[in-house]
Amino acid sequence: MKFSLGPSLFFWPKNQVEEFYQQAKHSDADIIYLGETVCSKRRELKAKDWLALAKSLASETNKQIVISTMTLLESPAELQVMKRLCENGELLVEANDLSAVQMMAEQKLPFVVGPAINCYNLATLKVLLKQGMMRWVMPVELSGDWLKQLLIEAEQDNIRDKFEVEVFSWGYMPLAYSARCFTARSENRPKDDCQYCCINYPQGRRMNSREGERVFVLNGIQTMSGYQYNLINEIPAMQQMGVDIARISPDSEQALQKITAFRAQLEQAKNYPLDGQEECNGYWHKIAGMSVV
Amino acid sequence: MELLCPAGNFPALKTAIDNGADAVYIGMKNDTNARHFAGLNFNDKKLFKAADYVHQHGKKLHVAINTFAHPGAQQRWQKAVDDAVAIGCDALIIADIGVLDYAANKYPHVERHVSVQASTTNLAAIKFYQQNFEVARVVLPRVLSIQQVRQLAQNSPVPLEVFAFGSLCIMSEGRCYLSSYMTGESPNTVGACSPAKYVRWQETDKGLESRLNNVLIDRYQQGENAGYPTLCKGRFEVDNNIYHALEEPTSLNTLALIPELFKMGIASVKIEGRQRSPAYVEQVARTWRMALDRFLQSPDDFQVESAWMTTLANLSEGTQTTLGAYHRKWQ
Repeated sequence: MKFSLGPSLFFWPKNQVEEFYQQAKHSDADIIYLGETVCSKRRELKAKDWLALAKSLASETNKQIVISTMTLLESPAELQVMKRLCENGELLVEANDLSAVQMMAEQKLPFVVGPAINCYNLATLKVLLKQGMMRWVMPVELSGDWLKQLLIEAEQDNIRDKFEVEVFSWGYMPLAYSARCFTARSENRPKDDCQYCCINYPQGRRMNSREGERVFVLNGIQTMSGYQYNLINEIPAMQQMGVDIARISPDSEQALQKITAFRAQLEQAKNYPLDGQEECNGYWHKIAGMSVV
Repeated sequence: MELLCPAGNFPALKTAIDNGADAVYIGMKNDTNARHFAGLNFNDKKLFKAADYVHQHGKKLHVAINTFAHPGAQQRWQKAVDDAVAIGCDALIIADIGVLDYAANKYPHVERHVSVQASTTNLAAIKFYQQNFEVARVVLPRVLSIQQVRQLAQNSPVPLEVFAFGSLCIMSEGRCYLSSYMTGESPNTVGACSPAKYVRWQETDKGLESRLNNVLIDRYQQGENAGYPTLCKGRFEVDNNIYHALEEPTSLNTLALIPELFKMGIASVKIEGRQRSPAYVEQVARTWRMALDRFLQSPDDFQVESAWMTTLANLSEGTQTTLGAYHRKWQ
């Protein structure tokens, strides 16, 4: 089983991004995803900067480097940027919208189906395989049981060896995307005058219930889980059902240590009690995502 | 431009047709559609009766099969397609790529519409559906500004349908897991958002509280209008500031956009609300019919009547309406 570092979903200053990936280079990750997936207005790094950074990482490490692409694309300009990323000529691409699937299929190039694409079943997997899918990242709301059954079906249909399976396993989960920017709203600004204020919240902005319960994290147009998903105790089960890759979604440098801890589960599985005030694992267990088992 | 109205039961369907709908959309009585609520939707004889009534009046019937098929249960979604075709539906509204593939292969002659739950917001994604499944229409999510809709309409190889009125989803539909995060059940997997069985109302010293699976969604002072606790429309706290952090209880109303939507060549305007009463369907259908007819009679001096706005506001969440994402400032 391999471990990946997912794309940073937050908006960080350029130098922080560069420093982060310098450290990531020396981490225990086998695969590094990078690129802007949330908002096209975030341009600390432009498409060419992301590509340059990704290509330099690819040349300096043995890790697989993947360019992640936007989820909610609403304008021709955004499609243009994505086209550049899809036609980078070198690096694997993670599609988070069917527009990227379409662009990769037109080039007849393999791609990763990211967690924001609604692939819930065998019939959909088969359509995407025909388009060129080489890896599938399961939507975050699905359970271990759902996955297990789907992988059995894939096995019976003789397609299981045609793609890898990746599971979002640690971090704040992306749960929703909107036209509205909730970070700008939280500062009482319209989106057209957002002043890129999400750069001031490197781990998003907490949205609590009026009883202080952590409900969601606001991250620009994206709404995230209030608690961090943590499937560290499920690594042996994932390994057994044939999951190929577990994804760690970074909130800061500490995510890099998480990769080490997750990998150690392969050697000797330990049970980590989860902190119900900060962590959750409900989705995997087929209950409310914010719950802890 | 087609007026497409919702129907959760036969009386609503009949009312929609009688009050000017060009087409009606319905769902099956199971989790294959995104309004999977107790006492709602159609099965067996009711399906045939619905199709008969619509077709006798020369109108069209669309069937929404717009949730995502579960492993081991794909037959249920396939059967929904089979049953819809068997009653002679005019269009299938589908969200799941696998279900679309099934429908396109088995019933190439039956129109396929890409459901709003498929979250298709750009030209390349539209091409994906057109090339793979020869879809006849794409329903746009409520995340695009009117300028963005216009741009798409100019270039789309597939006719477009937009939401015109009803409860406002503020997230890109089909890409929102907030409900399952809080309750375990989402529109995609179960066909319901903020399901009623998780809702609890409680009078407390601090006011009337609404909860969803125990999470406090809102608390109302006396005299405040208490609405259904859809989780994105509650009041929450961000750095000690308590407000509607995501959205206020409000409904979408685009009467004012009728001239523009016509000009763009939008194929259909859709009314939300299969879960609503026949009385709701009656008033919305009648009001929209009047507005559309008025525009057609004299397109150059079309004006929204205040009586129409009042009627629609009274049917809306929090009795207020918005242009939503169509209006850039809302975003």
